[in-house]
Amino acid sequence: MSTPLERRQALQQDRRVRYERMVEIRALENKVQDLFDEGLVHGTTHLCLGQEAVAVGVAAAARTTDQVTCTYRGHGVALALGLTPVQLLGEILGREAGSIGGIGGSMHLCDPDIGLMPTFAIVGAGIPVAAGAALTAQVRGTDDAAIAVFGDGSTNIGAFHEALNLAAIWKLPVVFVCENNQYGEYSRIDLTTPVDDIACRAESYAIPSAIVDGQDPDAVAEAVSGALDQARGGAGPTLLELKTYRYAGHSRADTAPYRPEGEFERWYEKDPIVNFGRRLVDEGALGDNGVEEVEAVVGARIDAAVELVLASAPAPVGAMFANVLAP
Amino acid sequence: MPRMRMNQAISAAIADEMRSDPDVIVLGEDIAVAEGPFKTSAGLLEEFGPLRVRDTPISEMGFLGAAVGAAATGLRPVVEIMFVEFLGVALDQLSTEGAKFHYLSGGLVKVPLTVRASVGAGLGFGTQHSQTLESWVVGTPGLKLAVASGPANAYGLMRAAIRDDNPVVVLEPRRLYAQREEVTVGEEGIIALGSAQQAAAGDDATVVALGSTVGAAAEAAAAASWSADVIDLQSLQPWDKDMVYESVARTGRLVTVEENPLSGGWGADIVAAVAADLFGELKAPPLRITAPDVPVPFGKELEERYMPSSVYVGEQVTALLDTGRVPPSWWQREEVAT
Ligand SMILES: Cc1ncc(C[n+]2csc(CCOP(=O)(O)OP(=O)(O)O)c2C)c(N)n1
Ligand SMILES: [Mg+2]
Repeated sequence: MSTPLERRQALQQDRRVRYERMVEIRALENKVQDLFDEGLVHGTTHLCLGQEAVAVGVAAAARTTDQVTCTYRGHGVALALGLTPVQLLGEILGREAGSIGGIGGSMHLCDPDIGLMPTFAIVGAGIPVAAGAALTAQVRGTDDAAIAVFGDGSTNIGAFHEALNLAAIWKLPVVFVCENNQYGEYSRIDLTTPVDDIACRAESYAIPSAIVDGQDPDAVAEAVSGALDQARGGAGPTLLELKTYRYAGHSRADTAPYRPEGEFERWYEKDPIVNFGRRLVDEGALGDNGVEEVEAVVGARIDAAVELVLASAPAPVGAMFANVLAP
Repeated sequence: MPRMRMNQAISAAIADEMRSDPDVIVLGEDIAVAEGPFKTSAGLLEEFGPLRVRDTPISEMGFLGAAVGAAATGLRPVVEIMFVEFLGVALDQLSTEGAKFHYLSGGLVKVPLTVRASVGAGLGFGTQHSQTLESWVVGTPGLKLAVASGPANAYGLMRAAIRDDNPVVVLEPRRLYAQREEVTVGEEGIIALGSAQQAAAGDDATVVALGSTVGAAAEAAAAASWSADVIDLQSLQPWDKDMVYESVARTGRLVTVEENPLSGGWGADIVAAVAADLFGELKAPPLRITAPDVPVPFGKELEERYMPSSVYVGEQVTALLDTGRVPPSWWQREEVAT
């Protein structure tokens, strides 16, 4: 079993691992839904199906010493950064083996070894926190940076605007990554947001921005790398808008009845996994049976993780009293 | 009397007030087209239209502040804060602006605003979506606070809140939304803010409960060898001193049952008032039954233990009656707290 750090390093070095990780994210999210349907998951889940390239592209571009904040829809980002399937499933199922010992659940993951800050269940909250992680790097004079990953809907909350302004005037080494998956909960983005492209919001804070194909992990990695280079070089923050699509509903029970007919199908043509797999086969990086082989390897890994987690101990009652305060 | 779920009763209360007063408007995230994440605004958009029933962006400070402004200038907004924690990003508008307008205008500007929020643990939503947070509201002069414990008082308190000329926060225990009971609708169903109701009658103790703990307290009393007045406080600001004092004067024992952490919980106010005013009538020290001083944990068993159950309430009250002393909490008994 690879450690989270090894999983991350492999992803950074090899685009085939990026493909494999996207397949893993999708398969795990589908597994979470299955476990949910079987009544094994307490509470709620927010799946990132369709958004795998965002997660993998960000993780490929970031250093392991960079800090990342993400949201309740963070399973993909966490896995891409290196969190193991056992840590993820363990947390979702409330087991001791979980990322934070099963007291957090689906929305609360964390692993400082790979720069995954505690994930946020409050919309927008992680955006200024990433600016703060960048402040640490600036004050200490390290070469590290921070990345905030957040949704399109989060750009209507004050925290987003305050964080961008602050990062701009202090030239903080932070990259703001907006995953525009077209929806905030049950509302299409155009019903709540008057601009077509979130990226234009950077202009009022005098910071650079770009619109990126969020379904292409190469494009995401390249854009995030470029912005991180700028940030580390002292040029300050960038806002990247990654156009992507949420395949599932908002959370467990939502079947997305509000979705216009044909929209999913149109986005599925740009499916990140299908297209990146094809690209790697065309390049010769994956053999003719490469896609099937990856699916088999990932499937076996996930089956093993599920088995291990289901057989593992639930969080003990006493765990709720641990870590309330630092000693 | 129609039988309704609590979310239906809330929708009905808002609809009834909207019918009788065109100044009542409703704002919140996904409350119009989708009728609310917990279906607490069912049918409102259809009946009252998009001018009065509005979906908002994810901008709690913006729309709560707008509601304060609208209330101060004549409307009666009903604002939904989906989970009470989201009030955190908007608290200034409620606590420091809206709550103070009447005072700071020499009584000239009224703020007839209703803020509804779902609260509490039990559904596995995790640490940042499971608190009750009465304490954010109760210590702020200028606000009223009511807490529903089921469909009937959700209906009655909501209508009273919307009619009130002050900012009123109504907290709705999320795990009760699907609970059903008969609801008195219409004018007779309205419940005055500041009035408690008796959920059970007895002589050995006065058990004061609120919101989600009313069920646990009533169940405990029904199953016990002792008998108690179970008082559903319904309102915390102001709270019904008359009913609580009358009961404690008779039973001589006060117990509060709270879903919140021990420190800073609402029960401390009740206990302090009773201890000060009825000291001579007490046969035993007041007992607070609460959650421990920890964030709400996720694991199913942990979350269940976090909330005071009817069994735990029964044990604690029995121990109080048997020993005349406040028994240790479960986490002290089991020595699990670190
Ligand atoms: C302050 C706050 N308000 C509301 C919510 C409820 N909520 C959770 S997710 C969500 C939609 C967020 O949309 P977006 O930012 O686009 O992220 P996505 O879910 O699409 O990834 C809402 C309204 C919340 N968690 N926090
Ligand atoms: Mg979105």
